[in-house]
Amino acid sequence: MLVEIENLRIAFRSRAESFEAVRGVSFSVGKEKFAIVGESGSGKSLTARSLMQLLPGNAEVSADVLRFDGIDLRGASEKTLRQIRGRRVGFILQDPKYSLNPVMTIGQQIAEAWREHKGGSRKAAMQAAIGLLEQVKIRDAAAVALRYPHEVSGGMGQRVMIAMMLAPDPELLIADEPTSALDATVQAEILRLIDDLVSARGMGLILISHDLPLVSHFCDRVAVMYAGRIVEQLDARQLHQAQHPYTQGLLACLPSLRHPRARLPTLQRDAAWRD
Amino acid sequence: MTGAVKRGVSTLGSLLLTLFGLTVLTFFIGRVMPTDPVLAAVGDNAPQAVVERVRAEMGLDQPLYVQFGHYLNQLLHGDLGRSVLTSNSVTSDIARFFPATMELATAAIVIAALIGIPLGVWAAVRQGSWLDQSIRVICLAGHSLPVFVLALLSLLLFYAVLGIAPGPGRQDIIWQDMIPQVTGFLTVDSLLAGEYDAFRDALAHMAQPVCILAYFSMAYITRMTRTFMLNALSGEFVITARAKGLSSRRVIWRHAFPTVAVQLVTVLALTYAGLLEGAVVTENVFAWPGLGQYLTTSLMNADMNPVVGATLLVGTVYVLLNQLADLLYRLCDPRVK
Amino acid sequence: MAISRDWLLADSPTNRRQAVWGRRYRLWLSLRGNPLAIAGLGVILLMLLLAVAAPLLTPYDAGAQHLENRLAAPSAAHWLGTDELGRDLWTRIIYGGRTTLGMVIAVVALTAPLGLLIGSVAGYLGGVVDKALMRITDIFLAFPRLILALAFVAALKPGIESAVLAIALTAWPPYARLARAETLQFRHSDFIAASRLTGASPLRIILRHIMPLCVPSLIVRVTLDMSSIIITAASLGFLGMGAQPPSPEWGTMIATARRFLFSEWWVPLMPCIAIFLTSLAFNFLGDGLRDVLDPRER
Repeated sequence: MLVEIENLRIAFRSRAESFEAVRGVSFSVGKEKFAIVGESGSGKSLTARSLMQLLPGNAEVSADVLRFDGIDLRGASEKTLRQIRGRRVGFILQDPKYSLNPVMTIGQQIAEAWREHKGGSRKAAMQAAIGLLEQVKIRDAAAVALRYPHEVSGGMGQRVMIAMMLAPDPELLIADEPTSALDATVQAEILRLIDDLVSARGMGLILISHDLPLVSHFCDRVAVMYAGRIVEQLDARQLHQAQHPYTQGLLACLPSLRHPRARLPTLQRDAAWRD
Repeated sequence: MTGAVKRGVSTLGSLLLTLFGLTVLTFFIGRVMPTDPVLAAVGDNAPQAVVERVRAEMGLDQPLYVQFGHYLNQLLHGDLGRSVLTSNSVTSDIARFFPATMELATAAIVIAALIGIPLGVWAAVRQGSWLDQSIRVICLAGHSLPVFVLALLSLLLFYAVLGIAPGPGRQDIIWQDMIPQVTGFLTVDSLLAGEYDAFRDALAHMAQPVCILAYFSMAYITRMTRTFMLNALSGEFVITARAKGLSSRRVIWRHAFPTVAVQLVTVLALTYAGLLEGAVVTENVFAWPGLGQYLTTSLMNADMNPVVGATLLVGTVYVLLNQLADLLYRLCDPRVK
Repeated sequence: MAISRDWLLADSPTNRRQAVWGRRYRLWLSLRGNPLAIAGLGVILLMLLLAVAAPLLTPYDAGAQHLENRLAAPSAAHWLGTDELGRDLWTRIIYGGRTTLGMVIAVVALTAPLGLLIGSVAGYLGGVVDKALMRITDIFLAFPRLILALAFVAALKPGIESAVLAIALTAWPPYARLARAETLQFRHSDFIAASRLTGASPLRIILRHIMPLCVPSLIVRVTLDMSSIIITAASLGFLGMGAQPPSPEWGTMIATARRFLFSEWWVPLMPCIAIFLTSLAFNFLGDGLRDVLDPRER
């Protein structure tokens, strides 16, 4: 098992009150493709970030078990975390417009990720960076390496992000809504790219998304989150057999070409789902 | 014309227009505002004949726009009029006094930047901690004190009570007029002349005014650095950098800081102009023979030409500094290209 | 409608008055959580009280000289001692507070509305008007405040009125810039467009809709600027260009007592402390107001 999480709780403290955004989440991930699906505010991003301990300063994290490859991450030292971040776990953020350093060239950023964990000369790192850009199917990689993030499109920026995070050859990749900021046409391409690379390298994948049908195509297992809890975990191929009313409601809302309906049903939320 | 050249021309045009506006304003202050500019120029006790002659010389019987034309013409020839007090041309006076002020201002801003910027970064990284709070309070105190108060207190403490600082003035009497003027910076000139004692003496005299000016500039520089860094540190790219497994120091200084470095150049330019203002009172307290002292002495004697000349100089320096900062910003920040 | 805490904090206000006062009350509660800001507010109110009630707080006259008792140390009879002409320092300081606060209020009353109007007009009308007004603003901003004020005072006669006018002439540009920046944010909003469609004249739109929206950030800026105005006024006084002796302005007092710095140091020091405390109080309050009204700037 790469990742083991049990009873994860994340709370935010502000002056007098404390708000629990994640309320007892448990799951484990091996060398497979695991998806966490939920709406905004369900706590899925926070769960992913807690694994890398990349939460904002005012977040309070507690868990019975929070392990990566057997290493206990609770209260781990910065040194331990730095050995995991990048080298063993990669993290892709949502919007390359903001998640890439605006004043460093693309090549420099990727080369930095390479050099940090593999050492070597600047030249070798830059060569490796260009090689990685080719791996993520960017044409004219050498020219792109000299450009700045604001000079490339969203889709290309996300490819750069993937290249950067795969540079140190990690074992696990966490992708936090990697396609949400992209055009619909580009979304499938990027996901397919991630899929191919992860399969080819034998990595594990945790994919965070709000798009249920999209992830069901690419992943092995799916966890559905609502209001800080996982309400259902199942095999991606068995989604249509979902038990929980929330998941059923989500599936029912999807428009379908094969079974057109006069009116799309809406999701009726039940307060009982919060428990 | 390419885009860059077009932009350059329009910037230059804008700059000239602003400088022109400066001359209009100073003309207004120098000629239009005073009740009787002639008396302001020659003093209250001048005999009537002199007054009449100067009135004709100054062209005060002419319409305003003609007077302004003369003024502009004089300016373009580098003529800022004559000082009643020193009997020299204002231009030569300024050439003599300005380097002394620049020496103070330059030393002060270097110190303020070297200390203030890291402090600001530190305060941002440790936001909310007692260190951050104390830095904020120290900066706030810097904004709440007039420069002359701190100058007086410093004199009291370090000169009168502790006796470790030399008294007012730029150098001890023995060194007066002994160092050949090359740059106008006493420290540099004494080094060039090989007089190490004079160098030490100049430094000792500079220490207090420079530290005071540095403190005041630091208050602004630290606060702005802190604000910029807080903004930068909340960016998503910082999370990316941390996710890459980079050390905190690298994340702060190689990722977050470069995004604000260019903005800091503008802050430094503004601070330099502010230093010229602080120099006015500081030079008064420490009897430093610089532009500020020249300005205030002329003021107290209602000698308008130096006042207007010095004001125009300071304004021009400020506008040029701002333009320079803007230019550097455009050249260095890849996002603006 | 009775004004009670519940009424102010109601989630859904029923009328405009309730909404406005509810918002103000919430801001006040926010501000109250900031101890430095409240301390600053307290000190300012105290200063105001001292200034207004000055004649009641001291038996001495601010100008009465007693040369036989000059430069006396603090004692029961003279709480802060006496100055170089035997005048009671405590009296002169609180009367000086009147002068200083009066100058500050006069400057703000002159500059804030003017800056607000110029900025909103420039921002709303745009085009040539905007460019011209901003050029003028830039020209004034090109000079450091004290130096320009000195130049103005030199052209007029040194004194309180000239000082106030000079400071005012240097203080309005930042407000104009601020008002313009705020106006540009709202200029293209739907509610402005709606107002125009109902036939409102530009003047009415500017006065009734745009200017009130700029007021919160202007208040913050004014409060923060107060300390700068106090310091400029004191600096003018120190250089002999502001209030003239025997007027008890703090800066002037420091200048006249300067030569006693190394011996009877409390005489120039007391006005220094007064300036420091007042400026600091305004800075604390202004910082607190900014945190409350414009939180993203912290």
